[in-house]
Amino acid sequence: MNRFVLVEDAHMSFDTKQGEFIALRDIDLEIARGEFITLIGHSGCGKSTLLNLIAGLLLPSSGHLFCAEREIAGPGPERAVVFQNHSLLPWMTCFDNIYLGVERVFGANEGREQLRQRTLEALELVHLSHAEKKFPHEISGGMKQRVGIARALAMQPKVLLMDEPFGALDALTRAHLQDELMKIVAATKSTVVMVTHDVDEAVLLSDRIVMMTNGPAATIGEILAVDLPKPRDRLALANDAQYHRLRGAVLEFLYQKQARKAA
Amino acid sequence: MQSKDIKAFLVSSVLPPLLGVACLIGLWGLLAQTNESLPGPLKTWDSAVALFSDPFYQKSPNDQGIGWNILNSLQRVATGFGMAALVGIPLGFLVGRFGFLDRMSAPIISLLRPVSPLAWLPIGLLVFKAANPAAIWVIFISSIWPMIINTAMGVRQLPQDYLNVARVLNLSEWKVFTRILFPATLPYMLTGVRLAIGTAWLVIVAAEMLTGGVGIGFWVWDEWNNLNVEHIIIAIFIVGIVGLLLEQLLVWLAKRFSY
Repeated sequence: MNRFVLVEDAHMSFDTKQGEFIALRDIDLEIARGEFITLIGHSGCGKSTLLNLIAGLLLPSSGHLFCAEREIAGPGPERAVVFQNHSLLPWMTCFDNIYLGVERVFGANEGREQLRQRTLEALELVHLSHAEKKFPHEISGGMKQRVGIARALAMQPKVLLMDEPFGALDALTRAHLQDELMKIVAATKSTVVMVTHDVDEAVLLSDRIVMMTNGPAATIGEILAVDLPKPRDRLALANDAQYHRLRGAVLEFLYQKQARKAA
Repeated sequence: MQSKDIKAFLVSSVLPPLLGVACLIGLWGLLAQTNESLPGPLKTWDSAVALFSDPFYQKSPNDQGIGWNILNSLQRVATGFGMAALVGIPLGFLVGRFGFLDRMSAPIISLLRPVSPLAWLPIGLLVFKAANPAAIWVIFISSIWPMIINTAMGVRQLPQDYLNVARVLNLSEWKVFTRILFPATLPYMLTGVRLAIGTAWLVIVAAEMLTGGVGIGFWVWDEWNNLNVEHIIIAIFIVGIVGLLLEQLLVWLAKRFSY
């Protein structure tokens, strides 16, 4: 197996006022180039922490993480992150938000016109060419998230990391963006790691679903391979027996094996 | 807009402030009736018309038009205030960014901030040996605190999200400052500037009463020595209106730079 992203025996604990808090333990994970992985689990299971470890925004308490044969020592544009709350800079237009990343990655070798072209292409990829000069507060939540995706993709990352990117959106917008994301990933052959709490989203998008046990001291419970043919169509899948089996397996893991004690 | 809407707007938005001003003038008129030495609104108005018909005369260094007095005061405020911004805003960034500097400056700021600005005047006179720089020094020292404190607060309240964006993009320190830190802090900074200009204008009148020269504060004191009470009342209105205009200017500026 092509081990593009590799997590080896990673532990993560935080110092809190109540003492050491163990968020993650014994995490081992291999991700192949071009694979779409989702991390799913109840809230507090450390799935965002694992994503932040791969992003390099956090460093593991022990263990090692690698991306393309190099140890992950900090964040960088080759592991672009789409944040949950889009995190666009509100004082910049959509164009400038994307350009900021493009300039950082390609600015050393390319002229201004080429950088502009890259930015415009990224906007076109998410169908937002018309919003080029708009500020984030002037566009809808779904559009903001698309700009966030465009910003990440424009940097041509080795891995695209997404932290519940559609969590804050309404169901219709979410479905629409999932469809767009599937097309974009198919076209760019990106390697994606996405955190989600939406079972349908996980089955629809993933090659493999990494299901995590409840925290604290969460770890990987099961990994489910999603062997549905691509490209996938949400309407056709609605009546697909295999889709429902997979969906049932995730639900069973979440609500029987890892049932949450009533809060 | 229909005539009914206009009427509703007049009653709800225009009438109350006008009524308030009318009450003030009425009360003043009543007070003036019972007290011989206090000039009434009409007498003051006549005096104001006379005063503002020739605002820019220059008879002697100590007898100049009201326009010169206002401009001189504004110039002092602008100088002291500008220097405070040049020093205070960068200091605010440093204090907000580095915890060590924050803890280092905290006792100094809490000790010196509550000191009445005028208490600094003797130090200014001693160091600069002249009235004008001493007045500017008082403006400087009284307006620097809100600028430091608010800028530092803005830097401290920078959302972690934006810093994470900067980290993922691997931006240089300079880019982080110009593209993220500065624009994110700007609204806080402008709040500090607005608070500072209020204090500065408050303080200049008192400082000029003590230092003399040409300026609205000195003018008030001069007219008190001449027992020209109409002019003192006019001065109160001028100080109020100029202060209001300065404040509005900064509110407008803050609106332009908010996102």
